[in-house]
Amino acid sequence: MTATLVTLALIFAELSLLAFGGGNTILPEMQRQVVDIHHWMSAQEFGALFALAQAAPGPNMMVVPLVGWHVAGFSGVLVTSLAKFGPSSLVTGFALQLWERFKDRPWRKTVQAGLVPVTAGLVTASAIVITHASASSWGTILIAAGVAIATTTTRIHPLLALAAGAVLGLTGIGQP
Amino acid sequence: MDAIPAAQTTKHVSPDVGELFTGFFVLGLTGFGGVLPLARHMMVEKRDWLSSAEFTDLLGLCQFLPGGNIINMSVAVGLKFRGIPGALASILGLIAVPTAVVIGLGVIYSQFANDPVVRHLFGGLAAAAAGLLISTAIKIAWPLRRDVLGLLIVTLGVLAIAVLRLPLLPTLLTLAPLSIFLRARQAS
Repeated sequence: MTATLVTLALIFAELSLLAFGGGNTILPEMQRQVVDIHHWMSAQEFGALFALAQAAPGPNMMVVPLVGWHVAGFSGVLVTSLAKFGPSSLVTGFALQLWERFKDRPWRKTVQAGLVPVTAGLVTASAIVITHASASSWGTILIAAGVAIATTTTRIHPLLALAAGAVLGLTGIGQP
Repeated sequence: MDAIPAAQTTKHVSPDVGELFTGFFVLGLTGFGGVLPLARHMMVEKRDWLSSAEFTDLLGLCQFLPGGNIINMSVAVGLKFRGIPGALASILGLIAVPTAVVIGLGVIYSQFANDPVVRHLFGGLAAAAAGLLISTAIKIAWPLRRDVLGLLIVTLGVLAIAVLRLPLLPTLLTLAPLSIFLRARQAS
């Protein structure tokens, strides 16, 4: 058990420091670690946990305590939350003190502009990996495509789109 | 001529540890599907902790750092007003309710995961969540559609992570410097 908690702590501490561009960029690595390397759950289960976290209120990284809970119960929640939010918070604390000094330096803009396509690539990869795990039957592929189109082209509330997907899923149409 | 814009000289409300906790607690409670617009409303308009310019400046910093924007923002705002106790109060306030809710949903899911109806429900929910992520990816990548260097980096990132399933650390350590280097050359 302790070994599992230490492993969880190391995985999420690393993810914490690599999450440039927000939480969605680290989903494939999280999935790779908990599914492919440590076999704590299947890719479909990971997709389901991600969906649960999206349906809950608050910041979009709530899949983190959920993975911790799934793997190691409440101590898992504590360990993954601390490991995921601790290191990045420390970086934020230190950076806040340096920020004033570098605010107007031109290199700061260059670095920021350089990180935009990296973030875009990682989020696109996340979308591919999560869709691959969650949309495996024609019914779920249609739901994913429908939600993607609706939320890209209209201002529909994300929660409404999730609810619509759940209701369509409930019918069982196109699902095994 | 006005020496300094009014927004920078106006004295704002300085929240204590308890107010930081409750402010972010309510935010965590209500922020469905993206907390950022609500965060701005709470800190700038409703509670008057920050000016609009200060908010944008802090957000710029938080986007630049690893971690979720809003999580980092809560830490930065807490630190700014009340040091380390303030930072702890802010982040704990922000994630308390969402953590409890998500675990509650997790318990329900694992209890009924074998029921075909619940399985179908969560199948639809998961597919919809994937659809939302596709939409997010499109919105982030769209401004780069005529940017050849940007698209090159996007493609390399997708290839490395989604197709080859390479680890994130070496991918990031290669792609980020490469992308910044290309920008710097483009600028000069």
